[in-house]
Parts: sequence; C-alpha cells; structure tokens
Amino acid sequence: MNWTLALPEIVLSCSGLFILLFGVLQKRSEPSFACTMLTLVAFLVTGILVVVAPDGAGYHGQFVNDGFSRFMKILSLGAAGLAAILSLDYNRQEKTARFEFPVLLLFSTLGTLVMASSANLMTLYVGLELQSLAIYILCAFARDELTSAEAGLKYFVLGSLASGLLLYGISLVYGFAGTMEYAGLRQVLTGGAPLAAGLVIGLVFVIVGLAFKLSMAPFHMWTPDVYQGSPTSVTAFLAGAPKAAAFALLLRVLAQPFGHLAGQWQLLIEIVAIATMFLGSLAAIGQRDIKRLMAYSSIGHMGYAAMGIASATDAGIRGTLVYLATYLIMNAGTFGCILAMRRRGRALTRIEDLAGLGRTDPTLAVLMAVFMFSMAGVPPLAGFFGKLMVFAAAVQAGLWVLAAVGVVTSVIGLFYYWRIVKVMFLDAPVAGAFDHRAPSLSFVSAVTGVATVLFLLVLGPVTGAAQAAAAALFG
Amino acid sequence: MATNTLMAPGLQAVGLGPYLTVGAILLVLGVFGIFLNRKNIIIIMMSIELILLSANLNLVAFSGALNELSGQVFTLFTLTVAAAEAAIGLAIVTVYFRNRGSIQVEDVTLMKG
Repeated sequence: MNWTLALPEIVLSCSGLFILLFGVLQKRSEPSFACTMLTLVAFLVTGILVVVAPDGAGYHGQFVNDGFSRFMKILSLGAAGLAAILSLDYNRQEKTARFEFPVLLLFSTLGTLVMASSANLMTLYVGLELQSLAIYILCAFARDELTSAEAGLKYFVLGSLASGLLLYGISLVYGFAGTMEYAGLRQVLTGGAPLAAGLVIGLVFVIVGLAFKLSMAPFHMWTPDVYQGSPTSVTAFLAGAPKAAAFALLLRVLAQPFGHLAGQWQLLIEIVAIATMFLGSLAAIGQRDIKRLMAYSSIGHMGYAAMGIASATDAGIRGTLVYLATYLIMNAGTFGCILAMRRRGRALTRIEDLAGLGRTDPTLAVLMAVFMFSMAGVPPLAGFFGKLMVFAAAVQAGLWVLAAVGVVTSVIGLFYYWRIVKVMFLDAPVAGAFDHRAPSLSFVSAVTGVATVLFLLVLGPVTGAAQAAAAALFG
Repeated sequence: MATNTLMAPGLQAVGLGPYLTVGAILLVLGVFGIFLNRKNIIIIMMSIELILLSANLNLVAFSGALNELSGQVFTLFTLTVAAAEAAIGLAIVTVYFRNRGSIQVEDVTLMKG
C-alpha cells in the first residue's frame, strides 16, 4: 500500500493538531496571530507536497491522486490561505480573534483536500462532513452576536439535511450497484445491464446533496442568510474553498462513476444551471446589503460554472475549472474590499456606505470596481475568460438555450455590479472616509486585483493545467 | 437481487424489502420533521438523526444482502460523524439560546429576504 499518496493530508492534519496544542498551551497572550501564521505555513508546506505527490490510487481504492485532484487541491489551499490572511484584521477588530479560528479553517480545508481525492463514496462522505462540520462552528464563531448564532443554526440544520440526503443516496447507489468504489461503479454501469431504478434515485439524491452544498437553485435558500449573518471573515472563506471542493466532488462523481449515464444527468444539471443563473442575477438586483449581494452573486457564479458540467465534454470541464480559478481570485479580492469597509471601528455592510468612495479612497474604489467588472465578465478581466470558455463549451455541445440564458443573465448581472460602481464613483459621500486599511487587507486585494487585471498573461498555463486536470478525469 | 443465496441468515427470513421500506419511512419522517415542525429546534436535531439512521439501516441491510462488508464499515463512519454532528448542533443551539433566550423555530427569523 502506497501511503505516501496521502502525505499532504497527513501533514496538514498533524499540523492542525500541533497548532491546536500550541494554542492551548500558550498561556500569556491570545495566540491567534501566531496560529494563523502557522496555519499559513502549513498550507504552504501542504501545497508543495501536493505538487510533488505521486499519481496513483491507494488505501484499497479509497483515495486517488491525479492531475484533477492536484488542480482542485491547489485551488482550495490558495483560497483558504487568502481567507486566513483576510481574517486577521477582522477578527482582531471584532474581538473574535481566538486561535480556534485558524485551526477550524485548517480542518475545513483538510476536508476539501480529502474531497478532491475521493475515489470511493465513503471518502466522499467523510471529506464532505469534515469540511462542513468545521464550517458550522465557524459560522457561529462570533458567539455573542445573534446574527452569527442564527447563521450557524440555519447552516447547520440545512447542511445536515443535505448531508443526510446525500448519505441516503449513497446507500441506494451502494445497494443497487453492489460497490462504493468509483472504478467498480463505472464497471457496473458500463456493463450494459438494464439500469436499476434505485441506482438512478440514488444518483439524484447524491446530486441534490451536492447541489445544496453548492447553493444551486432550488437548494440555495440558506445562502443569503448564512452569508449575511456569519462573521465576514467566515463568509470570505465560505464563498471560496468549500465551493471549489464541492465542485470537485460533483465533477468527479459525474464524470467518473456516472460518466456513462451522461444522458441521464446532463438535462438535470442543465435545468439546475439555468434556474441558478436566473435566480442569482434577478434576486441580486434588489439587495441593499453587500454580503447578501455577494451571496446571490456566488449563486449565479455556481450556475455559470455548472454550465461546463452540463456540456459533459472535455472542453466543458476545462471551462468549469478555469471559471472556478478566476472566481476564487475575484472572490478573495472582493471580500478584501468588503472587509475594509469600516468607520470608527464599526464594520459596515450596506451598499450605501460605499457612496463617494471614489473620492475618499480612490485606490479601494478602483480595486472594487475591477472586481465588480470582472465578476460581470467584462473583457479583458479574469472573469471574462472563464465565462467565455463555459459559453463556448455549451455552444459546442449544442446547448443553445443554456448559452443564451447565460448571456442574458450576464447582462442582468452587469446591471447590479454596475450599481455598486455607480454608488462608489457617482454618488456624493454621506459620511467620512473609511478607517485606515490593515496591511493584510491591502495585500490580498492588491495581489488578487493585479491577478484579475493581468489574468491574460497566465491564461495559457492555467488553461493548460485545467486541460490536464480534465484529461485525468476522463482518462 | 441475484445474490439471494448468499444473504445473511437473518435477512433471508424477511428479505431486503421490509428493511428498505422502514428506511424510506424513517427518511420521510425525518424530512417532514424538519419542514413541518414549527415548535422546537431540538425536534429538528432529532429529525436529522432519523435521516442519518435511515441511511444506516439501508447500508447495513444492503451489506447483509450483498454479503459485502464495506456497507457496515461505512455505518461505523456514519455513526461517528452523527455523534460529532449532534455535539456541534447542540453547541450551536446553546449559543443561539444564550443570545435569543428561546429555541422556538418561529423565532429564527432575524434575517429574511
């Protein structure tokens, strides 16, 4: 048995335990900053190990390492690292800087890594739960705030329901196919035997469970409340790495074990994607709270990314992966700007609070505008390329309706993103300037801002890596 | 099921059907318990446990019927996860109660829209 396959996960979990111990034993001061730095180091080391880890399957077919898992793991680690940096200043100012925060973040990220490497429904479930359970706690992390407690409660109830349905689906798939391994499932399904009804019902349950985690319509109802109520540092994480990991699961489950049933799930994903894109763009228009707006915006993005899956081709999967990469960059940057919205120590989340930012803090306003335009898909910013690739894949696969809906909702999206830019540059300032930005926020926003503007330069390598990942998925 | 002859002795007596039926009933009860219940959050937690148990029952029954162990191994994992989930859920309910002074479902409506 080749146990070194899971070396990144083993190292990350051991460092998680070590950081927890370090935090507990630190008597004098709150070791939150030190623990966050240690977590970042752990992410970095794990990232290097992920890159050098050998390909192959191990642990009796439970665990697989290939180009696809590597791509998704790097995305998860990067997004989680940015979220950890973003949390530093916010947690300190809100007096929630406790060392458990980075540790929970780390364990949630560990869950996303396990999800990316799953080769068996058992690994899928355990990874997903590890990721979700840590996030439930994080949502309720500001334990003296009613909104945070309520967000945690809602996410817990609906998330557990989703996991329960997923588990029920897994049990049906197992029972009617006789195996939980992806390779075994693939063999059973390509065998040409008539398809058992229980298997299809199980597959639908699994897709529903994952769609819930991805906040795709009609299972999106938890998203706005949880995004708004959670501490903003948690929302920044919640909108990033877990989404990428849930996509990794969806892609792997649909492309590998159920790849032969593409005809059965393609239509389902297409309908869900259309509903998600419409809901994300229409419901965002009337929002006044920027975190709520970001919730609907992320719902919409999940719809676009699902477009690539619906086309069920190599090019489609590649498009989805590039889309996710650009989404994670824009998302971290936008939350960097949102976290910088603070007057006299109070965090602000209303869109009106941005009024006149173009005059009081032009740098922040320009960065925010870049992220908004990129999310809307304006060329030549990062968001444009992801959209272009999934649209092209949908058209190539003959899904004209899907592509047309995507274009229409992009235009609607441009409208509400433009509204934020308008408030920042054309409205008169109502209150004074924002507080001085923490260097950590400036750092993340600047780095992701540059990455968004100059994405064209790295488009080749990113597309190449996504191509290799998609090929590994189908190979 | 083609593997009937390999079934565990206990399963052979009643077959797989009743187990799956009970599992499905538990699932439906759990889902309805979450959506129709307007009273107490603790009842929601119990409903979540019911859903997990229905899946467990399925897994164990299938494992017996298929004469294959991985279903039972999965059940052990699920039980562990369910315990962790219950602990976290109760902790969150406690935090909520300290802030709100109530755990009525109709009070969980601070954010809407």
